[in-house]
Amino acid sequence: MVNIEKEKKENIHFIRVSGDVDAGSSIHLDNAFKEGFEAGESKVAVDLTKLAYISSAGLGVFVSYLDEFELKKFKLVLFGIQETVRQVFDILGLEKLITIAENEEDAIKKLNG
Amino acid sequence: MTNKVKIRLTFLGALINWLLFSASNIYLLFIESYEMKVQLADFIPQLFFTGFVISTFAYYRYVISKADTLNFTDLLWKVFITGLITTLISLGIRFFFTVFANSSIVESPLTVNFFYNILLGLVIIYMVSTLVVWKRLILYQKSKNLLQFWGFFEIALFLSLGYDFLNHELFGTNFNIGLIVLSCFSLILVFNLKWIAYLNFKQKWKGILFILLSAIYLYHFFLNLDDFRATGALVMDLMDSVFFLGLLGFLFLYAGISILVTLFNLPTSSVFERKLKEAIDFQKLSQSIPRGETIDQTYEILLESSMSAVFADAAWIEVKEEDGIFQSIRNLKETEINNIKSKIKSGTIKDILSLEFDKDHNPSKLTDSVKDSKYKSIIALPIHVQQRQIGFIVMLNEVPEAFNREMVNIITTFVNQTSISLENLALIKESLENERYKEQLKIAKNVQKSLLPGELNMGTNFQVDAFAMAADEVGGDYYDVIEIEKDKYGMIIADVSGKGTSAAFQMAQMKGIFHSLASQKVSPSQFNIQANIALSNCLERSSFITATYFDIDANEKTIEFSRAGHCPTLMFCSETNETKFLQSEGMGLGIVRNSNYAKYVHSTTLSYNEGDTMLLYTDGITEAKNEKGEQFGDDRLKNSFNSHAKKAPTQIKEAIKRDLAKFTGEVAIDDDYTMVVLKFNANNDG
Repeated sequence: MVNIEKEKKENIHFIRVSGDVDAGSSIHLDNAFKEGFEAGESKVAVDLTKLAYISSAGLGVFVSYLDEFELKKFKLVLFGIQETVRQVFDILGLEKLITIAENEEDAIKKLNG
Repeated sequence: MTNKVKIRLTFLGALINWLLFSASNIYLLFIESYEMKVQLADFIPQLFFTGFVISTFAYYRYVISKADTLNFTDLLWKVFITGLITTLISLGIRFFFTVFANSSIVESPLTVNFFYNILLGLVIIYMVSTLVVWKRLILYQKSKNLLQFWGFFEIALFLSLGYDFLNHELFGTNFNIGLIVLSCFSLILVFNLKWIAYLNFKQKWKGILFILLSAIYLYHFFLNLDDFRATGALVMDLMDSVFFLGLLGFLFLYAGISILVTLFNLPTSSVFERKLKEAIDFQKLSQSIPRGETIDQTYEILLESSMSAVFADAAWIEVKEEDGIFQSIRNLKETEINNIKSKIKSGTIKDILSLEFDKDHNPSKLTDSVKDSKYKSIIALPIHVQQRQIGFIVMLNEVPEAFNREMVNIITTFVNQTSISLENLALIKESLENERYKEQLKIAKNVQKSLLPGELNMGTNFQVDAFAMAADEVGGDYYDVIEIEKDKYGMIIADVSGKGTSAAFQMAQMKGIFHSLASQKVSPSQFNIQANIALSNCLERSSFITATYFDIDANEKTIEFSRAGHCPTLMFCSETNETKFLQSEGMGLGIVRNSNYAKYVHSTTLSYNEGDTMLLYTDGITEAKNEKGEQFGDDRLKNSFNSHAKKAPTQIKEAIKRDLAKFTGEVAIDDDYTMVVLKFNANNDG
């Protein structure tokens, strides 16, 4: 199961994901993205510190927002990715498309800097 | 012996016995009056009389048990008719005696005895037939004890026939003992009157009439016999018989008690009839759907049954159906319904009428009174299907407080039965639907299976074996190898994001792309760029496909591959006995859907030796979890492959599958997983 918390801090829309994101639970992640996107949040930081596993369907959520973020010049940063999850991002090639920060501070710096 | 033969034989027996009885009786008279010196024992007529009684009893038993289906009034009708015929004949005899009252012929003992014998025959026929019918009535809903007791009674009656051989003096001590014994039996038996409860009002009246007439016949016979007795000319007087008086007493007693009990049961018979109707209505409801009636018809039956069960003046039913609301109304106008709905502002009934009734509510408030309406009392009951209220039924009465708890209970049973019927119907429909889906999926599974290559027989250059397993009926994994030209091969492994039916469709597209591009001899990089363009137009935005495309040149012994976001291939080197991942840059197909994609595409070329082995797989394998939630992972897969890599492809495949199963244990793998093992042979051409 996945648990998603949203937070607005320093003009940044934080999405904190914990648990597993698989085909069934990816819809929750998608809803969190959609909400921020429709609210016009131009800076989005996704906290993946507590994300244990993400399936290809979960990755699809990130993929589906890539174009729209680019089109609107919105910024997206992921941070706190664990090694196993990081590998999945790397293999797929997503690390070349999405900015990945080490930690929250780094993410804020990348978004607001 | 068939019943028919038995009836005929017993009839014949009764007739012969009676004739012999009459003959011997008259004969005795002759001996007496002419003082003839011929001996004939006195007990002979009595003997034939006994035979006559027993044969008649047997005859009626067969006749009446044959008519098994007769109801109670029909049985009583039989008694009445037998009584009528025998009485008419006896009246004829009476008429004869009245007409010739002053003639000497009627004073002759011979004439008297002759007619007396006829009368006696009629009386016995009537009494025995009545006894058999009474027996049927008494033994209705019999217990073992009652049956035994009746058996004793019959034996006692039989013994009393024998007792009469002893010629006891009327009402002497011995005579009375016999009579008391029979009376005791009668008294106990006559209170078995269960059959009366099953008569309806009309039948009860009929019953009283028939039994009363039967009693009158008996009385009439008794008077007749008494008249004959007064002549003092009788050879054998039936009135002196314990059997006769005992039986007469029993028949009278049962007739009397039956009349009284039936009379007292008359006022309550309507209640019993109603209960019976409720039971029948209930049955109607439970069978209406299996009988193929529509759901709406079932609601109508429910409404009708409920109304008659609670004597409602008006009623309506409302059920939410897929295509709108079903409503059926009795004795009521739409405006009145709206009026009642608006008058009830709170409480359980309000919830019921607005389809918001929760089963945890207190069910005692299902009845209420209505203010400012023609109808003063109301019952409302919710109709539930699968824990959800789909409608309600309302009963109305003009009398205040007309409905009681018992009525609520009755309709509740009706409504529950309807719900069960509806639920069963829904379940049947559901399972039929599921069955159809399953059938469709089975077809899809077969179609998909045919999309994957069957035998991978690639000639002498290498041997391949593969294995694919879908988490659902169909999956999104794909692999294939084709020979493009001599000693040149294209090979692919691909994994559509997600799983199930939608993934399966994308997998089919991938096959089309692979076959068209590979045959054009494109390079691995070009393959991924072209495939990305093709898929960008048809993949959903959240879907992507990871793939690795290989170009194998068996002459040059080289492999060129381009990885499009797919898990890196494992390569076993036979010289060094080492296994390593073929790392390279790359990006999944359909992630970047413009010309920028080309920037992320790379290709790598390496050469191979005889005995080198490749393992292509999908992430279903590395992400398979055990019960602790750990993933099988890259390292375990690498080690497993390395330890088996010297074997033939099929053995390698089976060994890895075994290792994987050992790791996951009981936990099912929740993703599609696929592996392809390719082992290079020595180049025979070289």
